[in-house]
Amino acid sequence: MLIVPCPHCGDRPEIEFRYAGPAHIERAQRPAELSDEDWASYLYLRDNPKGLHFERWRHIHGCGRFFNAARDTVSDRFVASYKAGQKRPEIPR
Amino acid sequence: MTPFRTPAGGRIDRGKPIRFTFDGLAYTGQAGDTLASALLANGVHLVGRSFKYHRPRGIVAAGAEEPNALVTVDRGGGREVPNLRATQVEIYEGLTAISQNRWPSLKRDLGAVNDLLSPLFPAGFYYKTFKWPRSFWAKVYEPAIRRSAGLGRAPKAPDPDRYAQLYAHCDVLVIGGGPTGIAAALAAAEAGARVILCDEQPEFGGSLLHDPGATIDGKAATEWIAESLAALGRRDAVVLPRTTGFGYFAHNFVGLAERITDHLAAPGARQPRERLWQVRAKEVVLAAGAIERPLAFPQNDRPGIMLAEAARTYLNRYGVRPGTRAVVITDGDSAYRAALDLAAAGIAIAAIADTRAAPPGPLVDAARAAGIVVHPATTIIGTEGRRRVHSARLAPVGGGPEDHVSCDLILMSGGWTPAVHLFSQSRGKLRYDEALGAFVPGTSAQRERSAGGCRGTYELDACIGEGHAAGREAAAAARRSPAVSATVSGDAPAAPLPGGERSSQPGDAERGRDVAGEGALPRRKIPKRAFVDFQNDVTVKDLALALREGFRSIEHVKRYTTTGMATDQGKTSNMTALEFVATSLGKAVPAVGTTTFRQPYTPVTFGVIAGAARGDLFEPVRRTPIHSWAAENGAVFEDVGLWKRAWYFPKAGEDMHEAVARECRAVREGAGIFDASTLGKIEVVGPDAAEFMNRLYTNAWTKLEPGRCRYGLMLTEAGFIMDDGVVGRLAPDRFHVTTTTGGAPRVLHHMEDYLQTEFPDLKVWLTSTTEQWAVIAVQGPKARDVIVSLVDGIDIARDAMPHMSVRLGKVAGVPARLFRVSFTGELGFEINVPARHGRAVWEAVHAAGQAHGIAPYGTETMHVLRAEKGYIIVGQESDGTVIPADLGLDGMIGKTKPDFVGKRSLARPDMQLADRKQLVGLLATDPKVTLEEGAQVVEDPNAPVPMRMLGHVTSSYASAALGRSIALALVSGGRARKGMKLFVPALDGTAQEATVTDPVFYDPEGKRLDG
Repeated sequence: MLIVPCPHCGDRPEIEFRYAGPAHIERAQRPAELSDEDWASYLYLRDNPKGLHFERWRHIHGCGRFFNAARDTVSDRFVASYKAGQKRPEIPR
Repeated sequence: MTPFRTPAGGRIDRGKPIRFTFDGLAYTGQAGDTLASALLANGVHLVGRSFKYHRPRGIVAAGAEEPNALVTVDRGGGREVPNLRATQVEIYEGLTAISQNRWPSLKRDLGAVNDLLSPLFPAGFYYKTFKWPRSFWAKVYEPAIRRSAGLGRAPKAPDPDRYAQLYAHCDVLVIGGGPTGIAAALAAAEAGARVILCDEQPEFGGSLLHDPGATIDGKAATEWIAESLAALGRRDAVVLPRTTGFGYFAHNFVGLAERITDHLAAPGARQPRERLWQVRAKEVVLAAGAIERPLAFPQNDRPGIMLAEAARTYLNRYGVRPGTRAVVITDGDSAYRAALDLAAAGIAIAAIADTRAAPPGPLVDAARAAGIVVHPATTIIGTEGRRRVHSARLAPVGGGPEDHVSCDLILMSGGWTPAVHLFSQSRGKLRYDEALGAFVPGTSAQRERSAGGCRGTYELDACIGEGHAAGREAAAAARRSPAVSATVSGDAPAAPLPGGERSSQPGDAERGRDVAGEGALPRRKIPKRAFVDFQNDVTVKDLALALREGFRSIEHVKRYTTTGMATDQGKTSNMTALEFVATSLGKAVPAVGTTTFRQPYTPVTFGVIAGAARGDLFEPVRRTPIHSWAAENGAVFEDVGLWKRAWYFPKAGEDMHEAVARECRAVREGAGIFDASTLGKIEVVGPDAAEFMNRLYTNAWTKLEPGRCRYGLMLTEAGFIMDDGVVGRLAPDRFHVTTTTGGAPRVLHHMEDYLQTEFPDLKVWLTSTTEQWAVIAVQGPKARDVIVSLVDGIDIARDAMPHMSVRLGKVAGVPARLFRVSFTGELGFEINVPARHGRAVWEAVHAAGQAHGIAPYGTETMHVLRAEKGYIIVGQESDGTVIPADLGLDGMIGKTKPDFVGKRSLARPDMQLADRKQLVGLLATDPKVTLEEGAQVVEDPNAPVPMRMLGHVTSSYASAALGRSIALALVSGGRARKGMKLFVPALDGTAQEATVTDPVFYDPEGKRLDG
């Protein structure tokens, strides 16, 4: 069971959270203007990196807020967590 | 005293005899014995039959690695545990142990015929032999194989015991209470760390317990252990005996299984049997020790053949002579210690056969000085004796004259394997140490460090040193990083330990590393019946066969031969198998690699994992405020998610069909009352509430007047129907949103996701109110008459409160949100009142309805009534691939809205195809036939298989109102097929003819909504 760092509440056990997929995938301001291909890619195409992964979590049984985290998918180590809407931090590889 | 008990010594309590039975025969042991040591003290070596060949098997080891001596312990009353290692079962007065995998008895086992037939059972035998006829596998072959090959049987009765679980946090968790672990725990505690120390054995000390001559800091080992434990106690360390660290999970989360009562003759009534410790440790010290390796020589599995260190353990710790005349076969030094100790206890050592050409070192000299014959460059090429070994055949390495040596005990030692299981589970990378011929911990992945035997360090002084250093370092690291914080870097590499050179056994550098390939197993001449994996009956020949058949990856060889796949997970066999494969392929061991170690280290009970989550506590049950009334009035309940919902209310003598037909008639002709409290409810509030609703639902909300309702349809971003429900606008900035019963948490999560991350500029607040409101649906032409006398402050006249409106007022004296909505096609109201008043208001409505023939109805009637009207249920008429147009719900889409979640997806070309599955009605040609829900719909049931499936039946009921069966179905291009006859095949090979119709069967004009 992971310890997930909530930027609002601090370190909490994984059972308080719900995973919410990759982070920094922005919904277009005007989806109608996107081509079918671009829209399909927004809907379905996701990276599956070995190593650093930016992802969304929700502290669903805590503050209820969505936030972003950077986790190493090999070691499961979280290297950063930050509030929704904040910029993706630079993380030295 | 029993015949093979030494006159003195050992850690057993000689003043406390303990009686127990094994296979019905009574024996006596001493307090402190394991079942294995007590049986050996009684001269019992034959304790089991092997997995596949039913060969007689004896005790090989003295600890968790035991592959052979598996027993069932039966305490009665359902307390029956199979596959326990006799080496770990502590005896208690009245213990009843039973051997496994034999019939009719251990000594005369008919399954032993498998051994004579063994040439027929090579690796992959099942895959090759039982291929034909295909249907025989499940019905004939597999059951027969399962009966004759196997381990103990799972108990049938429910487990009557209680299991506890707890979470624990500490600075330093030390796993393994041998000299290294004790030293580590002590050092960490002295440095101020909060420490948990656990060991799987009842007594701390590990190898020290069978090494009576050992001294530490000038003290006898036992004295040092006692003082150290006392010091740990003074520092409030948690010290857990009988506790196995079985699983190392992410972020230093470690599972410990503590056995509390299994060793007690009469457990206290309030004691749990086991306790699961879920430990979050800042730092972990692994001090799990090492496991001795057997040698793979021909007939190496006879009772009386055991690991050298195990024999030493039985002698020194339990005061048991495991034989009278022993032959020792070894490729290293540690077996000499066993030989010396056994000789000193009066056991004749007939010979030590050492595969090394010139075994060096003080222990070898000591053996010779004690008058023990040491044969260098000698190996063992066979043994004799069916139920107990009676001789060994020795021969020079590389061939030469044989020497038959009579003996009743053979000690084998193929070197040591560090117990890296937990390190590997922590995802640390193993490193192959050439000098040790073993895998040792390499790069750490988590905040742990290994010390002592599990790191390949075997000398006592070095172990103590490493333990101290590891404990000290762990305490310091825990202080430096006060939390397991993710944002705090936890990747400091394990600090270098003192004594950088690995101290290994003296002479290990010259260890004959090729024993498995050359010494005991002459090259190119594959020995027969040389067992590598005792528990799964895998021989060297099986491995050779797998390689000959082209298997190269160790993972494939493992699965093909099943080596290392038994309950012991190859503790004694993996390295032998690996070395054989590497040698045979001409590769280095690390090039072949090793298989992955997985949790658990030793088997854990289902009970301790389940804990209290069984029976009534298996999962939470949700009951509505009206549940008790329904129960008192004879409702039959069904589970809907976690909810208990009233399914139907049978009257005396009614079956379900009759009850549902009566309830349906009551609603269509008079009035029915229905508990809809499980409906999900979300309050959407704020100045931007309407705009938020516009973006989340397909419909347009801006123009919805306060006091009016609208059926809302929610899509996923991919355009598929996700949820639906009636939404009432209470005020310009307030919506009362209802969701499906099962969808409420999902919908709220979805709303929060968009609100927080895509539309954070919107000023909206979302609150789940599902459990705050009790919802009482009153449906039927008399619904208005039923409630009119109870309603206060609302004009519910037909024109004053039209269909799809909502009003605030009082019902039965209680503040209420009154909706005029219908899920039956009849005039209907849904009364929302605070949950605590739910039952009282329900009873008031029920009483008021008596004059109008009101009947309580359940979910089954609700389903029939809505299906008659063609109303969909999300999850039944939709399945995650259905868009609004498929269900004829295009009208729910706000055409002028620039955007809403899912809108762009509806414009994709795939969503426009004419052959999409569309909702239609299906009327079986035989009106008495109710079609099977989920059944496929086809054009021609006699078409060749595989025939094209057009769709499937989504809902199907007997309709009282229509006097016939009805069904809804999703059918490819369905709307264009109206009037066509299609077929619904059943599992029995028959097919029902049915006609495609409009999905609305009852009152298609909707005249009845106004009553």
